[in-house]
Amino acid sequence: MGIIKALKVGFDYFKYDDDGNVQETQRAVDDVNVDIQEGEFVAILGHNGSGKSTFAKHINALLLPTEGTVWIDNMDTLKEPDLWKIRQKAGMVFQNPDNQIIGTIVEEDVGFGPENMGVPTEDIWKRVEESLSKTGMTAYRHHSPNKLSGGQKQRVAIAGVMAMRPRCIVLDEPTAMLDPNGRKEVLDAVHQLNKQEKVTVVLITHYMEEVIDADHVYVMDEGHVVMEGTPREIFSQVETLKKYRLDVPQVTLLAHELKKSGVDLPDGILTTEELVNALCQ
Amino acid sequence: MIRDITIGQYYPADSILHRLDPRTKLMGTLIFIISVFLFHTIPGYAVATIFLAALIKISKVPVKFIFKGLKAIFVILIITMLFNIFLTPGEVIWKLGFLKMTKEGISLAVRMAIRLIYLVIGSSLMTLTTTPNQLTDGLERGLRPLNRLHVPVHEISMMMSIALRFIPILLEETDKIMKAQIARGADFEDGNLLQKVKNMVPLLVPLFISAFRRANDLAMAMEARCYHGGEHRTQMKPLCYEKRDHVTYLILAAYLAVAITFRVVGI
Repeated sequence: MGIIKALKVGFDYFKYDDDGNVQETQRAVDDVNVDIQEGEFVAILGHNGSGKSTFAKHINALLLPTEGTVWIDNMDTLKEPDLWKIRQKAGMVFQNPDNQIIGTIVEEDVGFGPENMGVPTEDIWKRVEESLSKTGMTAYRHHSPNKLSGGQKQRVAIAGVMAMRPRCIVLDEPTAMLDPNGRKEVLDAVHQLNKQEKVTVVLITHYMEEVIDADHVYVMDEGHVVMEGTPREIFSQVETLKKYRLDVPQVTLLAHELKKSGVDLPDGILTTEELVNALCQ
Repeated sequence: MIRDITIGQYYPADSILHRLDPRTKLMGTLIFIISVFLFHTIPGYAVATIFLAALIKISKVPVKFIFKGLKAIFVILIITMLFNIFLTPGEVIWKLGFLKMTKEGISLAVRMAIRLIYLVIGSSLMTLTTTPNQLTDGLERGLRPLNRLHVPVHEISMMMSIALRFIPILLEETDKIMKAQIARGADFEDGNLLQKVKNMVPLLVPLFISAFRRANDLAMAMEARCYHGGEHRTQMKPLCYEKRDHVTYLILAAYLAVAITFRVVGI
C-alpha cells in the first residue's frame, strides 16, 4: 500500500435551508480510487469544479469522505485520534499565498507548524533553518511576507509545511495566482524537494505545462478520475483531453496537428526538444 | 490617507528597542501613557518630550515614518480640540453666538492635543519596534493569570495577531477595490458627509465578502498546519527577561516616579 491510498471515496457538499435541514446534496467527489507510492511526484489535473481541490482536502483530513476511506501512511483519516498525525504527515499548500501565511515575519511563519506540534524551541529553530534553506528563502527570513513577491510567498508557505517534516505535500493550485516567473520558481522548489528530500508531492493544477515532469497523472472531471497514467500516456490522447476542457501543452498540440495532417510523428510529444528530434529524423 | 496608518506596522531594524522583551515594551507604553496624563505643565511635557525623543532616536525608526501615523488621527485631533476650546466653562475671551472660547478651554485643548499625539506616537513606536507576534506573545504571557478566570487568553492573542497581520493586506485590498470602483465611475470624493458615507457602500460590501473569504481560507490553512488552540503548543521565541529588560524596568520606574513627583508637587 502506498503512502496515500483512497478507496471508493465519495464526498457530498450539503446545502441547508433555513431550518438546518438538508436541502440539496451535491456530489463533488465520486468513487475515486488513488494509490500513491512514497517519493512519487503525482499531478492531479482537472477543470474548474472537477472535484480536484475537494479531493486534495481529503488527503490531510480537512474534509472527511462521506463514502469510502482515505489512508495516509496506513492511518484512516476518519479515525479522530490520528487527525493531527495525519496533518503533520501530509502538509498542504493552498492557492492564495496571502491567506495562508500566519506569521508577520517569514521565519515566524515557518515556525508556526512546529509550534503547533509541540516541538521544543531549539528544534523549531533547527527545522526553520533547514526548511528555509531547502526552499532558498534563507535570505528573506527577517522580511515581512507582505513585501515578498507571489512566488516567494508560496515558497515561504512550502517552507512552513516542510518544517513539519511531512512525508508528502499536497499543493492545491499553488501557482494559479502567480506570474510566469513565480510559477517557475515555485515548481522548481517543489521538484527539488521531491528529488532531494524524497518527499511525495501531489500537485493539483490546471496548467498542463506543470504536469510534464510528473511520475503519474490523474485527470478528474465531475468528481470522477477519468484518466490516469504517465504524462506521455495522458498527453497522447489530445482529443479526450479536449473533451474534459483541458488544454494540452503547445508543443504537444502542434505535434498532434502535424500528425493529423500526415507528418509521421510518435504520440505524446511533451517538449520542444523531443519535437525537434522527431522532426529531424 | 489609508496608507498613513502606522499602528500595527512593523519597521524592521536592529536596535535595543527592537530586542527588548515585548512585556517590557507593553509595560513601558502603559507607563508612558500614564505619565502623559500625569504631566500637566510645560516642564512636565518637556520631560515627556525628551523621553519620547530619546526613544525614537534609540529605535532607529525614521522620524518621518512615525509622524506619518499622526495624519490618520488629524481629524479626531481637530474635533477634540474644538470641543475643548468651546465647551469648557471659564473666562470668555471670544464669543460667537452660543459658542464661547475660553482661556481654560484653550489650555485644556492644547494639553489634550499633546496627550493624544504622544499617545499615538508612543503606541506606534511600540508596534513599529515589536513584531505583532511578539506583541501578542507578550500580551499572552502578561495576561496569563486571567486564564484561571477562564478568559481565553491564547485565543484572544491569536485573533489579535491575525488581525494585525491582515491590516496591511485589507488596506491594499481597499485601495484596489476603490480604484476599480473609481474606474467605473464611483465617486468617493464629492458630496456631503451623508453622501460620502453612502458612497462607501460599494466599497464595503466587496471588502467584507473578501475578508470573510480570507478568514475561511486562513482557518483552513491553520488547521492544515496542525493548529488546535493553545494546548500543547510550544513557542519558537519564548519570552525570557534579560539584563536589558531589568535595566529598562528601572528606567521606567524612575520615569514614573518623576511623573508622580511632578504631579504631587504640582509643577
